[in-house]
Amino acid sequence: MKTPRWVPLFYVGPAVLVMAAACLYPVLSAFQLSFFDWSMGTPWSSARFVGLDSFVSAFSNPRVWSSLWTTLIFAAVCVSAEMVLGIALALALEHPVRGMAFFRTLFILPMMIAPIAVGLAWRYMFDAQFGLINAVLALFHIAPMGWLADPTLAFVAIVIADVWQWTPFVFIMMIAALANVDSSVIEASRIDGASWWQMTFRVKLPMVMHVIAITLMMRLIDAFRVLEVIYVLTFGGPGDSTEILALHIYKTAFVGQQLGVAAAISVLLLVVVATLSWGALRLSNPMKGDQR
Amino acid sequence: MKRSLGLVAAHYTMLIVLAFLCVAPILVIFATSLRQQVMIFAEPLNFLFVPTLENYRAVLQEDKFDRYLVNSLFVGIVSTAITLVLGVMAAYGLARFRFPGRHAVAYTTLLLRTVPLAVMAIPVFMIWNEWQLVNSLWGLVLLYVAVNLPFTVWLLYGFVLQVPIELEEAAAIDGCGPIRIFTKVLLPLMAPGLAAAAIFTFRIAWNEFILALVLTDRQTRTLPVAASLFITDMGVDWGRVMAMGSLIAIPPLIFTFVAARQIITGLTAGAVKG
Repeated sequence: MKTPRWVPLFYVGPAVLVMAAACLYPVLSAFQLSFFDWSMGTPWSSARFVGLDSFVSAFSNPRVWSSLWTTLIFAAVCVSAEMVLGIALALALEHPVRGMAFFRTLFILPMMIAPIAVGLAWRYMFDAQFGLINAVLALFHIAPMGWLADPTLAFVAIVIADVWQWTPFVFIMMIAALANVDSSVIEASRIDGASWWQMTFRVKLPMVMHVIAITLMMRLIDAFRVLEVIYVLTFGGPGDSTEILALHIYKTAFVGQQLGVAAAISVLLLVVVATLSWGALRLSNPMKGDQR
Repeated sequence: MKRSLGLVAAHYTMLIVLAFLCVAPILVIFATSLRQQVMIFAEPLNFLFVPTLENYRAVLQEDKFDRYLVNSLFVGIVSTAITLVLGVMAAYGLARFRFPGRHAVAYTTLLLRTVPLAVMAIPVFMIWNEWQLVNSLWGLVLLYVAVNLPFTVWLLYGFVLQVPIELEEAAAIDGCGPIRIFTKVLLPLMAPGLAAAAIFTFRIAWNEFILALVLTDRQTRTLPVAASLFITDMGVDWGRVMAMGSLIAIPPLIFTFVAARQIITGLTAGAVKG
């Protein structure tokens, strides 16, 4: 029986319509907006075409470059820390034990809680005077630190918050991947007298390399999307030491009211993320192998 | 292989330490919300204080809390429902039919999942203005449906592929129409995927506050937006904001404890089989 042509349209159409109108169209509008001078609260018809002016003014602003740099360092530091910690913990704890389901439930909590609550919790804990972290450090006779007042420490603080929130994700991915490794291969290498080191680095990790790569790409893409926790925790400060691009765009648009410039910086961020997505797609194409 | 008692003990010790690290900041939110104002700025390590519900009373009474709660529930539930219906239909269409433009739809969907919300903020504000959707709950619903669909479609696509097509063919031979095959054969088999998709969508719609801050006013604010307004240049009203944070955290906490297995399936789907 041949399916009528309208059937796929019936299933796919509504979702495509909504995504096109309310997701793709806004993204494309960001490109368009970057060529115009438009003020909030005025009709779009009053917008003035300014060519590449917004790009010139965005890219000649050293704060944009320092913000891009902050974003790249933030993503690199967070994602490497999360990957190394997550993989190491998964290797240490991969052996199935009773009650693991309960522990896994606790491990996903940081990802499920509202970013505003996460940001607030860390902001409260990092407080110089009444924060939990300085109080704990004092137990070890370490002098209190002005975590959110010092540029370097504030950066460390946003990294710690992100690592706290997302290391469990890497851990859970890796535990699932390691549980899927064919146990006969492990058994064979054991019989062949492989050491723990050889077994881990020559057998297990290569066998889950695919999952490691996908997890890495997912974390990288999401690291460039982080906004809410940092908005609450530092709002980019002190100075612009924690002002990642997403926050810089938000501030340029809604604090500085420079919509065209903000749109131009958005294009920059989109290019970075699109490059990563292209890499992710090459690693894990969900459509591959469906030419049945 | 039998593991020694010491090894097992070390394993559990490590798990407990990690679990504590994961949970501690969340406990701090709840503990702080129960502190008296004067206690908030003193003795951070003293957890043996006399708890007070004063902060909750203040939040519940003064701040149009009921209004924001209703807004949040409406936006969360309606956008989750719409996303699920549209998402599962699209996933089914993409997985089961070959049609022109299928690849274009699939890849665009995948790329949209990676767009940072900050990039959307300005154009969405502009377009929603033109469409008269600013300061309307339906405006938020449309936004959350649109930004959640890409992930939902891909998550559910994987789940549709796992349902053997022979089951659908058998149902068709038994005289089931396409609608009944979809609702009676496919949907029940996809329950875990649907649960995961629902939780992930609700999580965004319930928690998001940056775009909601831009798109709402005093009448249409959601709870996270209201909470974010406790953070001012003058400082943070810790007691109240933590009470608000605790209340916002309750639904995600419940979902996590009820459906941890589905959440983990959703997290690992696409990368890890099984």
